[in-house]
Amino acid sequence: MKTLMLGNEAVARGLYEAGCSFVSSYPGTPSTEITECVAKHEEVYAEWAPNEKVALEAAFGASLAGKRSFCAMKHVGLNVAADPLFTISYTGVNAGLVIGVADDAGMHSSQNEQDSRHYAQAAKIPMLEPSDSAEAIAFAKLAYELSEKFDTAVLIKMCTRVSHSQSVVETGERILPEQKKYEKNPGKYIMMPANAKKRHPEVEARTKALAAWAESAGINRIEAGSDKSLGILTSSTSYQYVKEAFGDTYPVLKLGMIWPLPEQKIRDFATSVDRLVVVEELDGFIETHCRNLGLTVSGKELFSNIGELSQNAVKEKLGKKVQTGPSMDENIPARPPVMCAGCPHRSIFYVLKKMNLTVLGDIGCYTLGAVPPLGAIDTTVCMGASVSGLHGFVKAGEKESAGKTVAVIGDSTFIHSGVTGLINIAYNESNATVIILDNSITGMTGHQQNPTTGYNLKGDPCTRIDLESLCRSVGINRVRVVDPYDMETCQAALREELATEEPSVIISRRPCALLKYVKHPGPICSDPEKCKGCKACMQIGCPAISMADGRAKIDTTLCVGCGVCEQLCKFGALGAKQ
Amino acid sequence: METKNIMIVGVGGQGTLLASKLLGRLLLGRGYDVKVSEVHGMSQRGGSVVTYVRWGERVCSPIIDKGEADCILSFELLEAARYTEYLKPGGRIIVNSQQINPMPVIAGTAAYPENLAEKMEGMGINVDALDALALAEEAGSSKAVNLVLMGRLSRAFDFTETEWMDAIEQSVPSRFLELNKKAFELGKNA
Repeated sequence: MKTLMLGNEAVARGLYEAGCSFVSSYPGTPSTEITECVAKHEEVYAEWAPNEKVALEAAFGASLAGKRSFCAMKHVGLNVAADPLFTISYTGVNAGLVIGVADDAGMHSSQNEQDSRHYAQAAKIPMLEPSDSAEAIAFAKLAYELSEKFDTAVLIKMCTRVSHSQSVVETGERILPEQKKYEKNPGKYIMMPANAKKRHPEVEARTKALAAWAESAGINRIEAGSDKSLGILTSSTSYQYVKEAFGDTYPVLKLGMIWPLPEQKIRDFATSVDRLVVVEELDGFIETHCRNLGLTVSGKELFSNIGELSQNAVKEKLGKKVQTGPSMDENIPARPPVMCAGCPHRSIFYVLKKMNLTVLGDIGCYTLGAVPPLGAIDTTVCMGASVSGLHGFVKAGEKESAGKTVAVIGDSTFIHSGVTGLINIAYNESNATVIILDNSITGMTGHQQNPTTGYNLKGDPCTRIDLESLCRSVGINRVRVVDPYDMETCQAALREELATEEPSVIISRRPCALLKYVKHPGPICSDPEKCKGCKACMQIGCPAISMADGRAKIDTTLCVGCGVCEQLCKFGALGAKQ
Repeated sequence: METKNIMIVGVGGQGTLLASKLLGRLLLGRGYDVKVSEVHGMSQRGGSVVTYVRWGERVCSPIIDKGEADCILSFELLEAARYTEYLKPGGRIIVNSQQINPMPVIAGTAAYPENLAEKMEGMGINVDALDALALAEEAGSSKAVNLVLMGRLSRAFDFTETEWMDAIEQSVPSRFLELNKKAFELGKNA
């Protein structure tokens, strides 16, 4: 039966049908739904790991034990998992091991725009790149065949437009392969120098064998075109843009496997057309390879290595006219994302701004604390960088930064990679104050459980990591918990911790306002008689408060009654409905 | 047939995803090739959100580009104005006349433009503006704006009442079914 399926859901379906039995991932847009969808199948063990490195190592362990396994992450997650990735390339696998990585060209929800295809080449691991949901299912299944046939992990590279687009698929049955026996094999699995030296030539030979396979593989296909003045080499969502723009006009070599590349097939294709153009998003990965083959080719001189492509971009650069619709002669204000009404992070950032502190930020919903009018964050780099960065900043800044600098990090991000930074703070004794914004969920990626919530991916109760005990056990003596809605107490706690001569952790604890179990008092109202129009309440950037005719106005469809704005009003104009 | 394109735009949290899922399901039932493209993650937090729904004999690109949309279904007035360039000649806009101030307007660094619906009409665009929030509240919940707008959009399709109702039943939780059906009818007939 034909159904519509999200690209990520389709990868999950492919995993299921291929008999994948073990999944370990860390959430990250746009990859998250792969793991959420596959977890719905009872036959598949699926878990959220604390970070991508742990997830990949767990998946490798499962492969070793003989079950087909999988691990998903976003592009920056692959940086975290890069360490095991490069050596798993040497060990190879027992049962099939597939790694899903989702890039985010256009940075819809990411801190950089890195092109993960380089990892395939660098780690010498084959990479498949589906261009729609039907291919996502097929490629996931093929990935396991390749993994076991060539004794290698296989990367499946997604991107936002493939991950988050629904297209038509037909599903099949799950075929569960027999569990493979684990056999001790030190030469293959113990990567100490003597063994690794013997494995490296095998890795090179494997890449050659895969390149030979790629020459005749159906997933690298030539689609005929009526006009051979131009031939297009492309893959992934770029292929869809090319087809949308030109249909079957020009011949297309559509690559389903992006590494290793089929050299002879590319050469033959180049010879069959007058001019060769590569259409690919981000870096000129395929293009560089073509140049290395000595081919004359255009690519990045036409198509930007910044942001996403589209059918219009392809048309414009390849000589087809584009007609856009009418644009408004009007200044349309931007609508950046904002913290939700009732978000427990808002008030903490208000306090940090008021205290004029330098704030090293991290990755999560709370990155929005950087947006005006709060504007309370100084840095955002990568997961965990707030805590470790704070240590260096305080050590190097000496008296200048002492008592004036903090790190903010969410509960899930803290477990992911903040705790190692905190260990460094304790061990190397910096006078640092770390604020853990504990909203009891992984928020930005859409409410995933994590080790501090007490529930696992399947929603079952499980061991809960106690943040207070964890911080104390790594050597932080001063650990306290505050309610972010109570701004006065938060400020007092911050003052005290910043003044002490030893490291401290403040846990700002209140669950995400969007969690279903959170009960809100309900919208407050504003009293236009009492309101003096001083705009004090506007300083917290709450989407539920605006000014109308010089008076504060509450949007009752958004307001949840958190009471933070009431604490800012000196005139008692904001409060619960009478 | 030529591929048809509907852009669903709005503010993160307004329920645009449900509308696109419902539409995708209906179109697939008619045997079309369908692609629906969504944006997840950060922009879902009160940012400007766009969903593309495309159908035809063969749909390649998952996105709608400038000059391609047959219709923009907008959950908010400013968001309709933001995307007029995406309309193809003769394309139309169905818009909830509700205004939701973006943060630059709330913070006082920008102004919410006035008379946007009239200005868009002045550009020769066919604009159908309705107060979907009021109709949703009449149906029983301000959250039913999406179904009010689906009701309005339904006038442009030849799907039967049964097809729409089946799609709604598959897309919303059963305890909100009656409310959503009512919202749909109100949008359709308002």
